[in-house]
Parts: sequence; structure tokens; C-alpha cells
Amino acid sequence: MDFEQWKGFEKGDWKREINVRDFIQRNYTPYEGDESFLAGITQKTKKLWDKVLDLYKKEHDSEGGVLDIDTKTISTVSSHEAGYIDKNLEEIVGLQTDAPLKRAIMPFGGIKIVEKSCEAYGRKVDPEVDYIFNHIRKTHNDGVFSVYTPDIRAARSSHLITGLPDGYGRGRIIGDYRRIALYGVDVLIDEKKQELDILNVDDFTEKVIREREEISEQIKALNELKVMASKYGFDISKPASNAKEAVQWLYFGYLGAVKDQNGAAMSIGRTSSFLDIYIERDLENGVLTEDQAQEIMDHFVMKLRLVRFLRTPEYNELFSGDPVWVTESIGGMGIDGRTLVTKNSFRILHTLENLGPAPEPNLTILWSTRLPDGFKKYVAGLSIKTSSIQYENDDVMRVTLGDDYGIACCVSPMKIGKQMQFFGARANLAKTLLYAINGGRDEISGKQVTPKFEPITSEYLNYDEVMQKFDQMMDYVAKIYIKALNAIHYMHDKYSYEAIEMALHDKDIIRTMACGIAGLSVVADSLSAIKYAKVKVIRNEDGLAVDYKIEGDYPKFGNDDERVDQIAQEIAGQFLRKLKRYPTYRDSKHTLSILTITSNVVYGKATGNTPDGRKAGEPFGPGANPLHGRDKNGALAVMNSIAKLPFEDAEDGISYTFSITPGTLGQDEKSKVNNLASMLDGYFAQTGHHINVNVFDRALLEDAMEHPEKYPQLTIRVSGYAVNFTKLTREQQLDVINRTIHEKI
Amino acid sequence: MEEKIEKDLKYYAKVHSMESFGTVDGPGIRFVLFLQGCHLKCKYCHNRDTWDINGGEYKSVDEIVEKIKNYKNYIIPSGGGVTVTGGEPLLQAKFVLELFKRLKKEKIPTCIDTSGMVALTDDIKEVLKYTDLVLLDIKHIDNEKCKSLVGVSNKRELEFAKYLDENNIKMWIRQVLVPGYTDDEKDLLKLKDFINSLKMVQNVQILPYHSMGKYKWQKLGFKYELDDVRDANQDDVNRAKQILNLKSYN
Repeated sequence: MDFEQWKGFEKGDWKREINVRDFIQRNYTPYEGDESFLAGITQKTKKLWDKVLDLYKKEHDSEGGVLDIDTKTISTVSSHEAGYIDKNLEEIVGLQTDAPLKRAIMPFGGIKIVEKSCEAYGRKVDPEVDYIFNHIRKTHNDGVFSVYTPDIRAARSSHLITGLPDGYGRGRIIGDYRRIALYGVDVLIDEKKQELDILNVDDFTEKVIREREEISEQIKALNELKVMASKYGFDISKPASNAKEAVQWLYFGYLGAVKDQNGAAMSIGRTSSFLDIYIERDLENGVLTEDQAQEIMDHFVMKLRLVRFLRTPEYNELFSGDPVWVTESIGGMGIDGRTLVTKNSFRILHTLENLGPAPEPNLTILWSTRLPDGFKKYVAGLSIKTSSIQYENDDVMRVTLGDDYGIACCVSPMKIGKQMQFFGARANLAKTLLYAINGGRDEISGKQVTPKFEPITSEYLNYDEVMQKFDQMMDYVAKIYIKALNAIHYMHDKYSYEAIEMALHDKDIIRTMACGIAGLSVVADSLSAIKYAKVKVIRNEDGLAVDYKIEGDYPKFGNDDERVDQIAQEIAGQFLRKLKRYPTYRDSKHTLSILTITSNVVYGKATGNTPDGRKAGEPFGPGANPLHGRDKNGALAVMNSIAKLPFEDAEDGISYTFSITPGTLGQDEKSKVNNLASMLDGYFAQTGHHINVNVFDRALLEDAMEHPEKYPQLTIRVSGYAVNFTKLTREQQLDVINRTIHEKI
Repeated sequence: MEEKIEKDLKYYAKVHSMESFGTVDGPGIRFVLFLQGCHLKCKYCHNRDTWDINGGEYKSVDEIVEKIKNYKNYIIPSGGGVTVTGGEPLLQAKFVLELFKRLKKEKIPTCIDTSGMVALTDDIKEVLKYTDLVLLDIKHIDNEKCKSLVGVSNKRELEFAKYLDENNIKMWIRQVLVPGYTDDEKDLLKLKDFINSLKMVQNVQILPYHSMGKYKWQKLGFKYELDDVRDANQDDVNRAKQILNLKSYN
């Protein structure tokens, strides 16, 4: 292959095959300097951004925070006519529908969700659409519920397994959108045609037939993508010829995905250093200035901030606000030892200064202790200013994932274009423990949810007995959990296949079955209390254990105390081993995450009193966090406890949400930056996997609760992503405020 | 008391608490060890619960060093270290000496936060040989006012400062700024002269008085004498800094 658009690029394998990594490695320019080269906001950007802020305000003031819905057009890659904010000002174009912030309907995942959402915001789905999806076209949601077994339904409705993507899009698939910029769509279609040819075989098995059908769908989607781009006046069949086109081509790919899928997380990958190559070429050729380069990135990010999905208020309650998880992975080190930080890593972060803080895109730093110092200091400073950045351990992930992976959603790493996951939400381990004690009866309803197990009848809990019963119950939960996930992903592939995203993957990919757990610190503390203190069971008249009385003190997770930290480590590994006993759909690899997103509040609400002294209904700690208020030895002790949780047993990510007051971080601006950067170095050297960094005073949040209008852009990090604080429910706001905010008196 | 006799005070200390992420008691990220027990009676003390010599919990030097080692990954890149404070850490000088010797072996920088209101015993002189930095809290530069504010003459702490200076030990001078007590211009000028007479002062910190420690007094059933005193604010701090002419340290 050769194209005139490639002039000036170093040749390599990437010219013979689809190989974006090779292109990056041969062409990128590592940047070891500081932020002094960055350009401020241009007049044009300012004008455009003011229009967006106006739109935000209108959206905020609309019923349920939804500005408008196109209730008639079934959203597909090419369904809508072109839409603009202000055509004359936009450097990068493309909207999900024909107008900004107008939401589209995506009924292939499930018509009920669409109907409910429309109703919640005072609309009605077009009768024809309604008829088609209720009577003619089956959806993912229909498919799943047509096969769910009674045990799955019981586990689901008792909140033993929760958040399952059986009524909404599973998401967490990252298309390699860079391929469109580098190769143009025609090359990608040719490649897919060759793949079809490989599958022209005599043994025409179910597997082959399925793959052939999927690839045919992918080709169709790629053609549709060209149609969509042409509505905006662009021909993306050939490679991008300059920086602006590269951003535009790449964004069209992403736009196709968010028009096609209302996924639980629609992440964009690892794009900024790839784009830097185009920017560097243009800068060198004198056809682009730094101001223009920043302008393009600002406009690109603005588009990512405008992505919206139509979701029900319950969904928003679970996930806090309106998250899309446009996760962009930034930085990291190459396996050859060069840093993957480029000037464009700075530019995309600098949008937080030019446009102000925002939850999206979900800016994620792949941290290595070997990152250039200038970059470390810049992001640490930005974190302090904006609380909009999260960090993940590149030194740990690079070992198994190489240097071209990206984060999907919050913490899930995957090789870009070579790996996908079947998103599996999470099992409530705290409830599992209560079921172990009660022989499978629900501690709140008293209902027998699992088959009858022998309950514990003694007055005081015995550690060995509890562990033995907990082991059995974990086994049961793992079994039901995998059954549910197999059903879900079979049906998702069948009725709501992500053709455009998968078109931007290789033919043979790694699939993981991404299971998760909630309530780990509650379980660890409960078991620690049983082991190191005395826990008396309080039963109701039916003999159901409904409360616990702790006599004596016990070590608590989050204090760098080996006795309890070890319990947490063992439980995570034990549950993963349980999951592995059950075969998965498409032979996907079992993985585990310790991540709750913000659902720690909802899960806590559905879980009774626990043996650690946590009261019924109280939130769990988010992700792998200790339960708030239990950590007594400062921030680093918490980090050490969490860092001990082994990544090998939780390859889908271990989330830690950290909050600190500015004064606790250091005495002056310089030492705050230095201390935060060192803290990150330390945490990741201790093999911690992920951390959200929030720097704010409690008083600020309390004020924002009372006067949201004063804080339109107040962004905070919660488990794995960021949210606009004022969009949280009051309950979630209180959870954030009550959570441990490290502060010094 | 029996337990106390059993413990060898070289290897055991009475500990109030530990903080893994200290950033205000010395440079960089500090592991802060709060030792139990203090012989002063500072009216503004925000750690009233550290006074009682009989309080706290015995911890061994092994245990503490092992714990501190878990934080080397944070401490070292930040240019931080370990700060021993209290209470008055030098009341347990034998232990601090042993601790600092071990920390030196681990190449972890050491720091003591003290009032300096102690007799310069051989033990303490020995500790100072293993101390990279002393945070010296000058209680009050005026002897009479000092007695009234903290219950003890300032003679020893000023001598302590001179000893540090003569032995080339780096120090940060700290002054808690209590409105109406330590913010008199004349006193601050006197403090300035004293500081200028020392060559080893690396930094001078004005710590604004706050009443957030008051609840601890009440919890322990003691009367808080500074009830009528307001918290010092940024303006107070700026004024004090100006009088002390602190630019050279920042």
C-alpha cells in the first residue's frame, strides 16, 4: 500500500498490514519538556464554547435534563442528517443527530428502555417505531429474558447480581478509530473482504457462519460510515492528509459508534499521541501553528463533551448523571523505553484549562514512574486545579498488554483493535456473605433466593464455619453469574451487534468475560471482625440473622494492616477461581474487576446489616475503597492496602477513589504538585492499579449542594470516571461528602 | 506501671498515633510518628490528648521501622522523610536515637519536631547526631509571656537553638501565631533578631492558631483557656511574615 497522504512518514510494517502501533512507533516524537509551549484559547473556540455553554444551560433547565429527543429516527451509523452547533465556527464537525444535545433512540438494545426514557422526559416514541420493536423486530432485551432461568431471575431481583447489561447496551468496546485516519475506509473494507475470504472454508460450521455474518455486517457498517461522512461533505474512503483531517476522520469513526450503540461505556482509546504525528508533520511543513493545533484539539474535545444518550432516570441514578465514559488514555511508556508522552498529550489535557473542567472525555493518565518529570508535574497540577483526571498503572499493565492498550470505561484495559470485553457488571459479595450466614435467605425479605443451604445457627460466628459456608455461596453465585452473562452476551451479539466498532478490530481478537465484585472492603472487615473480635448474631423471630453485635476491636481494611488486607486479597482470588469453574460464551477469558462505579450507594441500600458493623442501607465503599471513616493512618496506608490487591486476580481493574483537601496535600503550590506526583509514583511502585484524584475542601462541596448554580462546571472523580457534582442525586452528593476526605487539623 | 518497667525504653516507645501522609511537618511526604507525653502546658495545644505520659500504646522500634519501610516508595521520590513529633518526642530520647539509627541505615531522612524545652542530655545530643532537620517550635521569645502561655521558661529552647547552630544542625523555626499572645510587634521583632543570630535556619514558618483542637480538651474534661481568642487568619500571617522579613526563606 502507498498513499500520497503518507508523504513524510517513516515506512514500516504498517504499510503492508493494518498495524497502527507500528505506525506510531516509527513516526512519533516523544516529548520530555514542560507545558510552556501550549497555546491559550482562540477567539473562535471561545465563541463556539460560549454557544455550547448556552446549550448546556438550556439542557440543564429542560425536563429531566434532556434538551430534546428525536423519537422517530431509529439511530444507525448513517441515520441522521448533518447537524451543527455553528457551522462557521466548527473546526471539527459531526453530531449524533441533526442538532446538538438532541438525543437519539437506539431500540435494538431494548424498546422498553427507550419507551420509559421518552416518557420520563415527557415524550412518546413514534408509534411506528413502537410497533416495529414491540411486534416485529426482537431486541437484545427480549432475547435475554426469553432464556433467563428462574435462578438467574431470583439472583437478579434480590440484588445478588446487579447492574447487568440485559436491558441496555453493554458498551466497553473500543474501536480502533485511528485506523480510519491512517488508512481510510476503503483499505479497511478490503481487509475485511480478505477476512471473509479466509472464512470461505469447507467445514462450514456454526462458528464460521457466525463470523462470516459478523464480518459482512462490519463491511456494511464501514460503507455506512462513508455515507455519514459524506453528509458532512467529507470523503473518508482515503487516508487523512493532514492533522485536521486526521482528527476529523478519527472522530467520524467514534461518532459512528455512538450513533450505533447506547453502550454502558463508549471509550475512544489512545488517540492523542497518534494524532501528534500528524500535527508534528504539519507544524514542520509550516502549514499549522500551535494555536491552530490546540484549536483543533479543543474542538475535538468539545464534540466529545456533547455526546449524549437517552437513558432512564433509574440508570442515571445508578451511574450518577449522564456518563458516556469517553475514556482517552494518555501517556505511558513504550516497550522500547521511550515515553509515549507527546506534545499532544499536553494539548488534550490543556482542554481542561481552555474550556474548563468537565467529566468528559474521561482523561486517563497511564502512569509510569519513568514518565518525564515535566509531564508528571503538569498533570499533577491539573489534578489539583480540576479534579478531572484519573491515573492507571502503566508499569503493571504494560507487562501483559504491551504499549498500545487503552482503558474502556473506568479501569478495564484492552489492546486496541485486538481485544474486547463482555461487560459483566458485578456481584454483590457483601450480600453473598449474608446469604452464606442465612442459608440463602435474603436478610431483608426473608425469601429463599438460592436453593436451601444449611444456615449458621450458633450465637457467635465462627471464622472457619463462616468461611466454609461463604465458599459454597460464592460458588453458587459464580455459577448463576456466568449463566446470566453467557445469556446476555449471546443475545447482544445476536440482536445488537456492534458492527462499526468491531469493524475497527482484527479478525481474531481476545475476548474477556469481565465479571466484577462490589462490597469487598465490607466483606474483608466482616471476616476480620469474625476472626479477631467476637461477633454475636441477632436473629428475628423467624431465625433470620438480621443484625450483628461486635465485641472487641478488629483490624480494618485501609490501614495497611496485613491481617485484614490478606483477607481481602484472598477473597478476590477465591471468587475469580470460582468463576473460572464455569464455561463462558465464546470461550472468553474470565476476568474480575473491583469497581462499583457509583452504584456502591444503590448496592448498599439493598444490603442488610453486615457483621463489620455497617448498618443496613449504608453505602459500600466505592470500588476497592475502605468503608469510609475506617482508615485511621492516613492516605498512604489506604493506598498500600489497596495496592496489595493483586492485579493478576483482577485484571479488569481495581478502582480507588481518593479525595484530599488542598491544605493536606502541601504547604504551597509547588510542594502540592511535588507531593501529589510523588504520591502517584509511590502508589504505582507499590503496584496499585488505579486512582481517582480529587482535591477539594468539604466546605466547597457543601456550598455546591446548596447553590448548584454557582458551580456549573464543578467536576469530581468518582469510581473510575468523573461527574458533574451538581448532577448527582442528593444521596450521592452526601455519599461523596461523607466519604473519607483526607484532611489535617 | 508494671508494664512500663518490663519495656526497655530503648526499644519501645509510647505512641499516640501515626500518619502515613504528612506534608506539613518538614519537606516532601513525611511519615509522622506522634509520641505520647508532653511536659509543657501550651494553652493553644491542638493535640491535648498527647500530654499524658501514661497514655498511648507501647510500640516496638522493629514494628515502627517495618511500617515506615512500607512508605519508602512515596517518601524518597518526594524528598521527604520521617518526622517524630508528639507530645514532646525528646522525652523518649533513647527510643528516638535507636529509631533514627535504623532509619539512617535505610537511608530515610529524619526530622524532630520539638519545643527544645529539654535539658541537653547526652542522649539528646546523641539523637541530634542522627537528625537531618529539627523543627524548633519557639513558644514565645519573651520569657515572662512564655511562662504564662506554656508554663515554662523559654531559656532552654533558646539554648537548644544555639546548640543546633553551633553543631551545624539544620533547623526550621516555627512560631504559632496566637492573636493577642504571640503577635505583638515588639516580640516579633525580637524573634527576628534571634533568628538572624542563627546561621542554620533553613525556613521560618508562621503557623496560624486555630481552635480546631478545642474539642479534644473538652472531650478530656479540661477547660480550654483560649475560648475568647479568635483564629489567626491569612492577614495576621502576612503581617507577621512582613515584620519578620521572611522573604529570604521563601
